[in-house]
Amino acid sequence: MTVKITVNGRAEAVEAELDTPLLWVIRDELGLTGTKFGCGVAQCGACTVFVNGQPRRSCVTPIGTIPDADITTIEGVSDKVAKAVQAAWTEIDVPQCGYCQSGQIMSAIALLSEIDKPSDRDIDLAMNGNVCRCCTYHRIRAAIHDASKRMEG
Amino acid sequence: MNFKSIAILAALPALIAGSVYAQSSIKPAATETLRPLSDFAEIKDEKDRSVALFQEAGKVITHARCVNCHPASDRPLQGEDKHPHQPLVVRGSDGFGATGMRCTTCHGPTNVDHAHLPGHPLWHLAPIEMAWEGKKLGEICEQIKDGKRNGGKSLDQIVEHMAEDSLVGWGWQPDAGRSPAPGTQKEFGALIKAWAETGAVCPAS
Amino acid sequence: MTIAFAPSRRAFVQASGATALVLGVHIPLGNRGKAVAAEAAFTPNAFVQIGADNTITVVCKHIEFGQGPYTGVATILADELDADWNQIRVVSAPADVEKYANSAFGVQGTGGSTAMANSWDQLRTAGAEARARLIAAAAAAWNVGAGEITIDNGVLKHSDGKSGTFGEFVDGATRVTLTAPATPKTKDAYRYIGKHVPKVDTVSKTNGTAQYTIDVKLPDMLTCVIARPPRFAGKAKSFDASGALTIKGVKEVFTVPQGVAVLATGYWPARKGMEALKVEWDESGTEGRGTEGLMQEFKKLADDKGVVARNDGDIDGALSGAATIIEATYTFPYLAHAPMEPNDCVIRRTADGGVEMLFGSQMPTVDQASAAKVLGLDPKKVSITTLLAGGSFGRRATPSGDMAIEAADVLKAAKHQGPIKVIWTREDDIKGGRYRPVFVHKLKGGVDKDGKIVAWQQVIVGQSFMKGSPFESAMLKDGVDVTMVEGAATLPYQIPNLEVSAHIVEVGVPTLWWRSVGSTHTAYSTETFLDELAALSGTDPLEIRRQLLAKHPRHLGVLNLAAEKAGWGSSLPDGKARGIAVHESFKSFVAQVVEVSLGEDGLPKVERVVCAVDCGIAINPEIIKAQMEGGIGYGLSGSLYGAVDLDNGVVRQSNFHDYRVLRINEMPTVEVYIVPSEEKPTGVGEPGVPPIAPAVANAWAKLTGQRIHDLPFSRFVPNA
Repeated sequence: MTVKITVNGRAEAVEAELDTPLLWVIRDELGLTGTKFGCGVAQCGACTVFVNGQPRRSCVTPIGTIPDADITTIEGVSDKVAKAVQAAWTEIDVPQCGYCQSGQIMSAIALLSEIDKPSDRDIDLAMNGNVCRCCTYHRIRAAIHDASKRMEG
Repeated sequence: MNFKSIAILAALPALIAGSVYAQSSIKPAATETLRPLSDFAEIKDEKDRSVALFQEAGKVITHARCVNCHPASDRPLQGEDKHPHQPLVVRGSDGFGATGMRCTTCHGPTNVDHAHLPGHPLWHLAPIEMAWEGKKLGEICEQIKDGKRNGGKSLDQIVEHMAEDSLVGWGWQPDAGRSPAPGTQKEFGALIKAWAETGAVCPAS
Repeated sequence: MTIAFAPSRRAFVQASGATALVLGVHIPLGNRGKAVAAEAAFTPNAFVQIGADNTITVVCKHIEFGQGPYTGVATILADELDADWNQIRVVSAPADVEKYANSAFGVQGTGGSTAMANSWDQLRTAGAEARARLIAAAAAAWNVGAGEITIDNGVLKHSDGKSGTFGEFVDGATRVTLTAPATPKTKDAYRYIGKHVPKVDTVSKTNGTAQYTIDVKLPDMLTCVIARPPRFAGKAKSFDASGALTIKGVKEVFTVPQGVAVLATGYWPARKGMEALKVEWDESGTEGRGTEGLMQEFKKLADDKGVVARNDGDIDGALSGAATIIEATYTFPYLAHAPMEPNDCVIRRTADGGVEMLFGSQMPTVDQASAAKVLGLDPKKVSITTLLAGGSFGRRATPSGDMAIEAADVLKAAKHQGPIKVIWTREDDIKGGRYRPVFVHKLKGGVDKDGKIVAWQQVIVGQSFMKGSPFESAMLKDGVDVTMVEGAATLPYQIPNLEVSAHIVEVGVPTLWWRSVGSTHTAYSTETFLDELAALSGTDPLEIRRQLLAKHPRHLGVLNLAAEKAGWGSSLPDGKARGIAVHESFKSFVAQVVEVSLGEDGLPKVERVVCAVDCGIAINPEIIKAQMEGGIGYGLSGSLYGAVDLDNGVVRQSNFHDYRVLRINEMPTVEVYIVPSEEKPTGVGEPGVPPIAPAVANAWAKLTGQRIHDLPFSRFVPNA
């Protein structure tokens, strides 16, 4: 089947079985590997992308359920919030192994896009679906607060 | 035991030497049934019949498929044992989750069987005033009839909701591996309708 | 082959191999780095190469999976050369045991928190040599004395105003002969060591360009997913692939020793094909016991003394003479490492009749030999490109080279001749064994009438993953696996009569070192039991440790620093309690003080952790802090939730929903303090883990009166 989607602003016509998770379309068909496979069952958040502007676990999103969707991956984020988040992540040296961080950053951007000054509780609720086995959580929290400050400028 | 020697516990051969396993980890779920309306005809007293009908419908109402999204706290439940949803999700301002982690972050319009993930276009939590978790069936019954705690629904609208609503209907069509609510939505709707028509009498407990 | 990080998202540069040395992953700093090393280059030794373009390439023999060796080696080299930080890039060393062996175990590999300890002298010497040659070359060119030349921020300078870059002297430095061995800098001249330098891999890990094994894409490559037996060591007897072969993208299905392999055009068809297989398994000889039964067997063994690992004084006499004796039996479950990137490996045939493997190889020498054996090749024909790995925590270092063997087995059996990427599912990872072993500890302690601890007897029962491994001769001493008793047999407390013994039990469940190895269980039992003994005399937990550690200044140093920074002894709000623990592992010393309350779910809510660490000279303090934070989270995750259980030999858990791991809402605030030290650097990857669980348990006992002897904590709150 051919499914039409837009990925990072580019129109794509993807040949895939309709049950193929968006994750594997992005990675194996389109070659965008920043989005990671961690669990395959929406438990870890490493595969988080934006579908029509909202964060979505791409590993449990069959491509057939999102025809004509507008997808943004870690490779395609570039707005003010994204820049603030990536700058904060770098400044605070958040990543260790780094494997989960694309997903963490996507979730952080989603949070800060709607709540520009999140509380610790807001961070817990928005970010607890993203597992980091290196447990960089302490720095993720600090970086989200830092990004929030950067967005003021 | 001679403490100088190293204890060796021989590995027991497996009980089954050579057996076929389907690689798919999805197991068929057990199904429960609902008694047909005709079963209740013999109850002469209409009040008693009404109570009995609701008690039968209660098999559905108290089932994990229904209670899990009618939690008493802000956090939904999961699984047959009704444990707190992992990861931590909450109802948020509209029942559709918190900012940054909405129900739709994971739950799409359809079930995703390979991930044991339920899906529905309107997947969300029942409002807190409609909480069923931890309540006795009689309390739930009174609550269902109470306009202040049922979203202002009339009895007819309640019947329609139970019998027709597709999110309620998900309870009978869960993702693979999850046990469906007893019977069918049609049978459940018929029980609720009959209960309403017999005076919508609630069980004492 | 060189895989280069570059700004472009699909960057996958195949370089022609400008030098024999530079293989692996380039991590440019920011966007300044270029993918390929300069053609003209000065290569004074196996660890550093300076290009005519003025870039400095450091070769790292340790795998980078988050613990920071790439930045660590860069810091040491940049410091020794007085380089500009932006000149530096890091590549991964090829598999070459002659050049890149870890001096701690004689093979090339990463583990035991040895990366910095192992690189300190080696890289300072390598850097000093490069520096001396550059200076000598400049001195010759300028016709001045070498002693008159200084280096500042990557620029060679002479007092009369001459200056030049490293790149200008690449040729001269290659040709020059040193008259005396170069000596590394002294502490007063450190420029980067001990200061905050940004990690070399951070930028690529915030924009999706960092490349891991799972991201490798090669022409004609197929993806492999394997159907694995329900019980360990089961073998595929026969299979029906008719369903699998109807799935679009599935190319071939065949048996391998690990199970039944499905090759497909991508992960999804391979996974679907695997699910569609019907396999008949031969389960003869597989392990059929469950974990509950194992625990009972282990507990029975723990009633008797095992092989003695340490015996001070007269334990039997001391126990019979003690005023009060207490006993405790501890149980520890199997734990999966569950790194974020499941096991994976890319393998392909090379033009010279050998193979190349690209993956997170934690022990290249073992992986190389293991794959070579499967394929009947000379190990030199097996090249390894070590890529960034999405965590490991011990998982990627198997004594038998499991992942390399599996990839080689798949390549050998496949009709497909192109590259193959083997990917484990998360279910494979959780069910796949190589766990931290189940352990039972039985402790018996005695105090005299004054409350002084006079007797300490500990029996440890568990599996040995060293037994039967290539490391057996080094790690099994007089029938004792030192990794089973480390932290217990090395107990630093001054107790006159102390005996530690162990039983090795054979179980058909593959096990492995798990971040901090023996200390994952010994720190817990010893540090919580000490608190129980102290409580008999009402002695404060900090005070008893101070008393018993009088001869251990480095233990005392971290203990006192953590206690002071945490405000030990000051009052806390109602509903909170403190706990403390101190432990040495991998020659580093860590103390932690925690503040705990009762969580909403009934489990301990760890609110604050104050951590003090002494790891010798702090090369990169920010990485040390990050490793303590991460170790605390990892240890907390395992002790609060972690357990792999078996029913009749079949693993019950399968993914993160039932092998629960720590999430951000469960992470405490962490403060880390580093003890200033002149000692040589020691490791930080593992030592942050051991103290956290006992510190939490000690705080929990203070808060609730409940002593937790069975991990994880969630065992007593089943619905948490």
